[in-house]
Amino acid sequence: MTDQTASDPLTQKLLERAAPSRAEFEDLVIVPIFAVIVALAVGALVMLATAVDLPTIGQSYVALVRGSVGSLNALSETLTAAAPLVLAGLGLALGFRAGLFNIGAEGQIVIGGLVAVIVGFSFAGLPWAIHLPLALFAGALAGALYASIAGWLRAATGAHEVITTIMLNLISYRILDYVLRQPFVQREGRADPISRSVLDSAQLPGLLTWIDPNLRVHAGVFLVVLAVIVVYWLLFRTKVGFEFRASGKNPDAARYAGIRASFIIVAAMACAGALAGLAGANQVLGVLDRASPGFSAGIGFDAISVALLGRSHPVGVLFAGLLFGALEAGGRQMQVDAGVSVDLIGIIQALIIVFIAAPLLVRAIFPWGFRKSEAGRNE
Amino acid sequence: MSPTIRTLKYAAIATALVLGSATSALAFSACQVTDTGGIDDNSFNQTAWKGIQDAQEQLGIEPRFLESQAETDYMPNINSLLGGQCDLIITVGFLLGDATQEAAEANPGQKFSIVDFAYDPAIPNVVGQVFATDQAAFLAGYLAAGMTETGIIGTFGGINIPPVTIFMDGFVRGADYHNAQKGTEVTVLGWDLDSREGLFTNNFESLDDGRAFAQNLYDEGADIVLPVAGPVGLGSAALADELGTDALKIIGVDADLYVTDPEKRHVYLTSILKRMDSTVFQVIEAAMNDTFEGGVTVGTLENGGVGLAPFHDMDALVPDELKAEIEAIRQGIIDGSIDVSG
Repeated sequence: MTDQTASDPLTQKLLERAAPSRAEFEDLVIVPIFAVIVALAVGALVMLATAVDLPTIGQSYVALVRGSVGSLNALSETLTAAAPLVLAGLGLALGFRAGLFNIGAEGQIVIGGLVAVIVGFSFAGLPWAIHLPLALFAGALAGALYASIAGWLRAATGAHEVITTIMLNLISYRILDYVLRQPFVQREGRADPISRSVLDSAQLPGLLTWIDPNLRVHAGVFLVVLAVIVVYWLLFRTKVGFEFRASGKNPDAARYAGIRASFIIVAAMACAGALAGLAGANQVLGVLDRASPGFSAGIGFDAISVALLGRSHPVGVLFAGLLFGALEAGGRQMQVDAGVSVDLIGIIQALIIVFIAAPLLVRAIFPWGFRKSEAGRNE
Repeated sequence: MSPTIRTLKYAAIATALVLGSATSALAFSACQVTDTGGIDDNSFNQTAWKGIQDAQEQLGIEPRFLESQAETDYMPNINSLLGGQCDLIITVGFLLGDATQEAAEANPGQKFSIVDFAYDPAIPNVVGQVFATDQAAFLAGYLAAGMTETGIIGTFGGINIPPVTIFMDGFVRGADYHNAQKGTEVTVLGWDLDSREGLFTNNFESLDDGRAFAQNLYDEGADIVLPVAGPVGLGSAALADELGTDALKIIGVDADLYVTDPEKRHVYLTSILKRMDSTVFQVIEAAMNDTFEGGVTVGTLENGGVGLAPFHDMDALVPDELKAEIEAIRQGIIDGSIDVSG
């Protein structure tokens, strides 16, 4: 995205030739922005259709802004909600770049989070500087291994990863139910499936709890920034990253060029799984302090939207994740202030995806928006 | 099209800003945080919400609710109600126990009440509302054992947690009591008293699961099923509706489902009432009158906190003798001569 600002038409052309199918600036930036605007407008129409009166609609959008960026607590909530979305979204973006449509982030989050919790409540007495990284690493490794199953199935047998990852999601829920009932995992004195609490030495520390104990933003945000940088570097600055992208663009050409297709598939799935596993670890070590059925909360599926909205670019995923985090935090405030159903936020998110997926539709609605931006670029 | 919408939106926002600043009245406000079943689950959350609505009507409080879509929402939902905008925060469900405790301890000045959770030791700013549901479920088990034609009745739960399994305990013991008193051999499927294991959907959302679990029990011969899983039971009701009530009857939980689920009301033999509406109302009243005190309230048959709903359309099917017996057992439980805890 950033290197698109080069105004020299020749450089522009060269860049486009170097990455011929790279989406243009408009598709990357303008379309998502307009998609959000249109989605909010259509969301207002939906509210009108469900007999919400105009002042309430206005109030709810004010609440959306207030709840997402309007206060320290709102920002904290936005970041807290965005962190796992960005992490899992980065993993999915990596897979998309390598031509793998991985639907399995949810299962990888479950497995990663589960292993991170187990490491997190075991090993009492370890210092923080060892225990926390260990728990995070264990979560990432577990996610990577779990995702590799789908990668291996694809590479070895040709089983399509869409099918296998969906199936692995369902399997992960059952594994979670089973493991949470094991005596060494289940919290003492409880009959329901819930894990022991993560020890203090393995928790991602809250960053602003010294201001107010209710501020939930935690050190996971550093993890997110780090992950964005690493994924960017991996994709665009390393040989493996090039191989990922080449395989994604044209698997046949990549194979003739000597890229080991099987290795790339398994490696890409493992990287994706590691990031999703990290997202799971981030949730249990930073937010929940324990695992229970449903702790993954559909983050793995929302992350698909985040990766698509971010056009599978690390920076794009970061902003898309922040947007979805803001919608989640703001949506809560919409419920509190205006009494509007939280389901509406789901509708707005879905609409955003629909409009992103149909750039021509957005261009048709806002023809002036695109002329202007083109003129701006040629100056 | 779009400019019109935008104009409308700006106009609306402006109006809202004006109105918004004016509506923050001085009324006492009670705020509910639901579990993942949602506010319109026809049972658990809805019954608690009814208590708040009753308080709105009779005491003029300002009601508000927040729905949790996932378990990760509990904490932030409670947090977003903090800061003095709610005089009383009511969290509904055992699963919110941890989140409520954390918030209550971090905000000692805020009054909380939680349904289905009792803290030991008590937290001074939290009232736990728990229910001796097994007393009412005992009656339902006795009734079902007396009504079944196949000699098999069934139950299944949402998640294996005490507020769910207490229904199943009472139900099984009630049926056992019938067997002991009458020499019948009614089997209850879906819950084993001793191993504490049974049928669980592991969620409080999926109507499909409710249908599938009831179907399984029906296939095993059960003709009366007690789903203890909030809205999941609506799926079971749909199945009973299709099979016909001669083949399968449903016993509702929490609210009188004959009333809250009018579409399928004919399939309900009765409902095991858990009067969260009345306890929530009482807690609100106490908080308004400054008599709020942390601790536990227990709903029993005696104080009307739990009970058995009327048979409504099925009234004619229930033999008078059985009705009389149930009434006698009810008295027995209240005066202590019948022990429902086995």
